Amino acid sequence: MSERLTVLKTYKLYVGGKFPRSESGRVYEVTDSKGNWLANAPLSSRKDARDAVVAARKAVGGWSGATAYNRGQVLYRVAEMLEGRRAQFVHEVADAEGLSKSKAAEQVDATIDRWVWYAGWTDKIAQVVGGGNPVAGPFFNLSSPEPTGVVAVLAPQKSSFLGLVSVLAPVIATGNTAVVVASENAPLPALSLAEVLATSDVPGGVVNILSGRTAEIATPLAAHQDVNAIDLAGADEVLAKELEIAAADNLKRVLRPQPVDDWSAAPGTDRMTAFLETKTVWHPTGSLGASGSAY
Amino acid sequence: MASVFAYAPAPESRSIVDIAPSYGLFIDGEFTDAADGKVFKTVSPSSEEVLSEIAQAGEADVDRAVKAARKAFEKWSALPGSERAKYLFRIARIVQERSRELAVLETLDNGKPIKETRDADLPLVAAHFFYYAGWADKLDHAGYGPNPAPLGVAGQVIPWNFPLLMLAWKIAPALATGNTVVLKPAETTPLSALFFADICRQAGLPKGVVNILPGYGDAGAALVAHPDVNKVAFTGSTAVGKEIARTVAGTRKKVTLELGGKGANIVFDDAPIDQAVEGIVNGIFFNQGQVCCAGSRLLVQESIHDELLDSLKRRLSTLRLGDPLDKNTDIGAINSEEQLSRITSLVERGEAEGAERWSPACDLPESGYWFAPTLFTNVTQAHTVARDEIFGPVLSVLTFRTPDEAVAKANNTPYGLSAGIWTEKGSRILAVANKLRAGVVWSNTFNKFDPTSPFGGYKESGFGREGGRHGLEAYLDV
Repeated sequence: MSERLTVLKTYKLYVGGKFPRSESGRVYEVTDSKGNWLANAPLSSRKDARDAVVAARKAVGGWSGATAYNRGQVLYRVAEMLEGRRAQFVHEVADAEGLSKSKAAEQVDATIDRWVWYAGWTDKIAQVVGGGNPVAGPFFNLSSPEPTGVVAVLAPQKSSFLGLVSVLAPVIATGNTAVVVASENAPLPALSLAEVLATSDVPGGVVNILSGRTAEIATPLAAHQDVNAIDLAGADEVLAKELEIAAADNLKRVLRPQPVDDWSAAPGTDRMTAFLETKTVWHPTGSLGASGSAY
Repeated sequence: MASVFAYAPAPESRSIVDIAPSYGLFIDGEFTDAADGKVFKTVSPSSEEVLSEIAQAGEADVDRAVKAARKAFEKWSALPGSERAKYLFRIARIVQERSRELAVLETLDNGKPIKETRDADLPLVAAHFFYYAGWADKLDHAGYGPNPAPLGVAGQVIPWNFPLLMLAWKIAPALATGNTVVLKPAETTPLSALFFADICRQAGLPKGVVNILPGYGDAGAALVAHPDVNKVAFTGSTAVGKEIARTVAGTRKKVTLELGGKGANIVFDDAPIDQAVEGIVNGIFFNQGQVCCAGSRLLVQESIHDELLDSLKRRLSTLRLGDPLDKNTDIGAINSEEQLSRITSLVERGEAEGAERWSPACDLPESGYWFAPTLFTNVTQAHTVARDEIFGPVLSVLTFRTPDEAVAKANNTPYGLSAGIWTEKGSRILAVANKLRAGVVWSNTFNKFDPTSPFGGYKESGFGREGGRHGLEAYLDV
């Protein structure tokens, strides 16, 4: 009896909650660490990047307007789905990063735990970084964090799954929407994450995932007037500088590449606060009489 | 301004301030000439009188000042926070003691009314130093983890609209967190910063911790680009802010930018009209409208447009324009000839595009730079006067019908610094405030500032916050 021929997966982009191919019709070969062919991933074009921004923009109102509790529920649902597909991701991460099964499993476990950690932040970050200010005068004012809007995220090149989630989860936990450029050589775990997101109550457009040449996709994103912020984690020094200059055109919030030795180290709140604005709302206070009480 | 009730002149004496005929740069605790010997004159915008001749910093001076600040950083950052706090408390106290002198000086150099320097600028300057003085020994509790570290040398470039207040916003948090400072004041208003150098001397601040480099844009650019500057803080135009963002690209310099605005002041039909009129006036005519967070776009609910405009025009007719040193003056001089011509050309463009211009009967003084308070009605969102920051006493009036339309129009700008909401309905305030893309939202008030409250913009109004706990972040390695 001949060995069964496996069914291969056609990897696609994830834009606006749908799984399109690149409009350019292009693909590129993705190989494992030994150079064996794994799949043909979509080679996204500038047009794909712009389409993803349109989808992300459309999703901002609903996602940022959802209650923080609801966003937490949705993010936790993603973790549940990830857990169910643990074996698939261990396999993909092992292939993508050339890791043993057990090392890859550690990465995937850490990734799922990271996602859970951020799921719990959605309704706490405002209390931690916002607050009432003791104004010297008859005024009440309150500072609250708000999402900055559409964030372009260049995923780390080396850590195809833990790194990816470490930069994506904080962006959407706080109510932003994201256009993610997956690791150029190891995009498959990111593209499979899209399948999880699509089945996890994450509204279409909140996360959009593109694969291809980081520099080619990132350049129009950095220059895009309707992108509010960019995380340069996956850019090398030369590209990062170029993108930061382009980002100055509409004063995008820029998170420069940070030296990260180990993505499994405990993240702080920095990746959340980098894409938050602080709004301070003032109102006069009234007086209820000299006694200090209305009663 | 002809009026039945004419006011007698009530001038503040300028004898309280002693302006020297010339000033140097303040580097490493000493006043010194510019390396290339260049000087420029600073004039009083209300009279065009030359007040003093100031050394003009160039690239070599920037380098010298940064070196001095770097040297001072070692000791200053190593001081216990409680000691740094005491220096800042001293500065705050000396500012209070000399506040009348500084208010007169600021009015002379900037052209703004003494009423404002005396009652707004100076008390806020002192308050900022007091507020951040108290943080210096409490940084472990600021929410940035234990032992947050200072960045190093802060290069700070400030504008001419609130010369001493912007200095306080920049220097107080920088010193509290253990950074040292090279600050470039604007070329039209260098004097109060140089007087501040003297306050640093009186306070016994170690040499090199604060350096003041009066000069033009080239000095600012050299400071921003200097490789040994760790932190750049800028308040000014969006165009320059973008240039700075490009300059620091690819470096590790931390940047905060506080840029332009085109604030919407939204008045609903149930607003307390009299208070709203005061808020509108304060929102756009405070400091001759030369305020980045000015409420320069008035959005009025259509049903009360005529009534509100009548009240507003009546109120504008009572504003007194003239000698900024007169305690009864509401509207002072425009800061410079250059700024006056910018305002004039934008207003002419507004007329050419078909908006309707109105000003109260108003005599302008013979000398100096003046612009009458001005309203534009029949303004659409496409008009230049509704889109560009004018930075002068010019208000554009637009209308809306529903809260959604008000929000859409308010947000229809690349800027996002400030907004105002006037309504009696609390739930409407909260709903609208939530949807506005602006860093500061004033409800039933306008142009209120406080050192405890973070201030800064969304979108092209810049990034980072000044004031409050949030303002510390800009100067800490977090």
